[in-house]
Amino acid sequence: MNRFDYIRPKNVAEAVAAASEPGSAYLAAGTNLLDLMKGGVSRPERLVDVTHLPGLDRIETLADGAMRIGALVKNSELAYDEAFSARFPAVAEALLSGASAQLRNAATVGGNLLQRTRCAYFYDTASACNKRAPGSGCDAIGGENHGHAVLGWSEHCIATHPSDFCVPLTALGAIVKIEGKDGRRDVPITDFYLLPGDTPDRENVLSPGEMIVGVRLPAEAAGFAANQRYLKVRERTSYAFAVVSAAAALRIEDGTIAEARLALGGVAARPWRAIEAEAALAGAPASRASFEKAAEAAFADARPSGDNAYKIALGKRIVTRALAMAASGTPEVMPALPASPFAPLSEGVIHV
Amino acid sequence: MNLTISLTINGEPRSIDLDDPRVTLLDLLRERLHLTGTKKGCDRGQCGACTILVDGQRINSCLALAVSHDGADIRTIEGLAENGQLHPVQEAFIAHDGFQCGYCTPGQIMSAVGLIAEGHAGDDPERVRELMSGNLCRCGAYRGITEAVLEAEAKLSERDRSAAA
Ligand SMILES: Cc1cc2nc3c(=O)[nH]c(=O)nc-3n(C[C@H](O)[C@H](O)[C@H](O)COP(=O)(O)OP(=O)(O)OC[C@H]3O[C@@H](n4cnc5c(N)ncnc54)[C@H](O)[C@@H]3O)c2cc1C
Ligand code: SF4
Ligand code: FES
Ligand code: FES
Repeated sequence: MNRFDYIRPKNVAEAVAAASEPGSAYLAAGTNLLDLMKGGVSRPERLVDVTHLPGLDRIETLADGAMRIGALVKNSELAYDEAFSARFPAVAEALLSGASAQLRNAATVGGNLLQRTRCAYFYDTASACNKRAPGSGCDAIGGENHGHAVLGWSEHCIATHPSDFCVPLTALGAIVKIEGKDGRRDVPITDFYLLPGDTPDRENVLSPGEMIVGVRLPAEAAGFAANQRYLKVRERTSYAFAVVSAAAALRIEDGTIAEARLALGGVAARPWRAIEAEAALAGAPASRASFEKAAEAAFADARPSGDNAYKIALGKRIVTRALAMAASGTPEVMPALPASPFAPLSEGVIHV
Repeated sequence: MNLTISLTINGEPRSIDLDDPRVTLLDLLRERLHLTGTKKGCDRGQCGACTILVDGQRINSCLALAVSHDGADIRTIEGLAENGQLHPVQEAFIAHDGFQCGYCTPGQIMSAVGLIAEGHAGDDPERVRELMSGNLCRCGAYRGITEAVLEAEAKLSERDRSAAA
C-alpha cells in the first residue's frame, strides 16, 4: 500500500473541499478501497475519511412515504430496518445476499454504490486494463472472461458492476443524492453509472470532489412492496458475487400486471434496467408465458463478450423465475438463504 | 505524520500513537499490541479469521484502518473469558469439536458472538450457516461449528430470559 495523508473533515463542506484536491479519495468503511490499495490497484495520495461526518447515518421516512438513507448507513442496518424492509423487501434481500455478515456490518451505502468491478485483470497490476490504466488495453478480452458482461460492453472494457444492492435500487428508480463544490444535486441511479465506451475509467457522473450523501427511494416505489424479489446465482451458496442476478417488482391487479420493474446484475458495467421487458409485462397476465416473453425482451440485445454466452441463457431463466417469485408474493419473513436459488420455492413457482 | 487515537480494547481505555495511517486494526492488534489471538488469513476480507467486535458489531479487522476507528470499543478473543470462566460460545466450541487446527477459531468464535447478539438466526441451522458464511474453515469443521453456535445461542437466550424474569 502506498503512503497517503489522512484527513478527517468535520462536515460535508470540508470533506468536499479536501477531496477536490487531485489525488484524493473518500474513505468509507474501506472494505473495497483498502483491498484495492493493498493490491496497488488504487494509489490515492490522500484519504478523506467520511465515517465521522455528522448527519449521514439516518434512515428516514418522508411525509409522502419516500425514504431517505444517509450515505453512511451500514448495509446490515438498512437490511434489518423494519420500516425499510417492509417497503422495499427486495432491496433488503439483495443486501443480505451480498458479501458476509462482517462485511455488511462495516460496508456503507455510499461505498456499496461506488465499489469497483471484480474483473481479475483490473485487480492484477501486471495485466493490461483500460479501466485501471487508460489506453493500456484489455486483457479480459480473449482472456478468462466467463464472468464478464453480455450487455452494454465495448471493445475497450467488458467488466461488470458487482453490487447486489444497486440492482433493486435500479429497478425501483432510486435517486442518488450528491454534494459537491457547486452544491447539491439529485441523479436517478439509472443515469448515475456510465457505460464503458472508450473511457472505461469513467464509471459514473461524479465530478472530482463530489460525494454521495445519500439515496432516496421515491414514494411510488413502495407500491411494489407486495410483489418483489431479488434472485442471485452464485458459484457457491453464500459469500460470493453474482454470476447473474435479477430484481423483479410487480403491481398486480386482478391477475393482470399493472406495472413491472426489472433490473439485472452481473451482466453489464452498470446495474441494468430492462425497460423493454417492463413494457412487455405491462397489461399482461401474471403468467409464465408473460415472464418468458419479458426474459427474451430483457436479453434481446445481449451479446457474449467471450466465454460467457451461457449468461444469456442463464439470465433469461433467472428473470423468468424472479418474476414468478415476485408474482407469488413477497415472503412474510426473509428467507434463510436470501436471494438464493437453493431456497425453497413458494407454492406455484416452477423451476425454470 | 503522527496520529494519536483512543481505543477501548477489551474494556481497557488505551491511547495509541500511530506513526503511519496505513495500519489496519488487525496489524495494530497483532504487531503493536501483541494481541495475537486475532488471526490473519487472507488480509483481504475473504476468510473471516480476523473477525473482531467493534462497538459490538463483528467486522473484518484486516479491512479496517485503525486511524479511522478513533474512539471505538474493541473486543477480541482475549477479552471474552471473564474471571477465568470461558464464554459460553468458547465452551460450546470445545463441547462440539468446532475446530481441528484452530486457526480459524478465534474468528469463528467472535463471529458467533456477534451473530448471537444480532439475533437473526434463532435456532435455525440454515440461518446459522448462512450468517456464519463469512468465516471459512479449511479443516472443514463446519458441522461442529454450527452445533456449537446453536447450543450457545440457546444457552445465552435462556440466560437472557431468566435475567428478565
Ligand atoms: C470478500 C468480499 C466479498 C464481497 N461480496 C459482495 C457481494 O456478494 N455483493 C456485493 O454487492 N458486494 C460485495 N462485496 C463488496 C462490498 O459490498 C463493498 O466492499 C462495500 O459495499 C464497500 O463499502 P465501503 O463503505 O467499505 O466502501 P469503501 O471501500 O470505503 O469505498 C468504496 C469506494 O467508494 C468511494 N466512496 C465511499 N463512500 C463514498 C461517498 N459517500 N461519496 C463518494 N465516494 C465514496 C471510495 O472512495 C471508494 O472508491 C464484497 C467485498 C468483499 C471484500
Ligand atoms: S474488462 Fe475492463 S476492467 Fe477488466 S481488464 Fe478489461 S478494461 Fe480492465
Ligand atoms: S484476514 Fe481478514 S478476512 Fe481474511
Ligand atoms: S479449524 Fe482449521 S481452519 Fe478451521
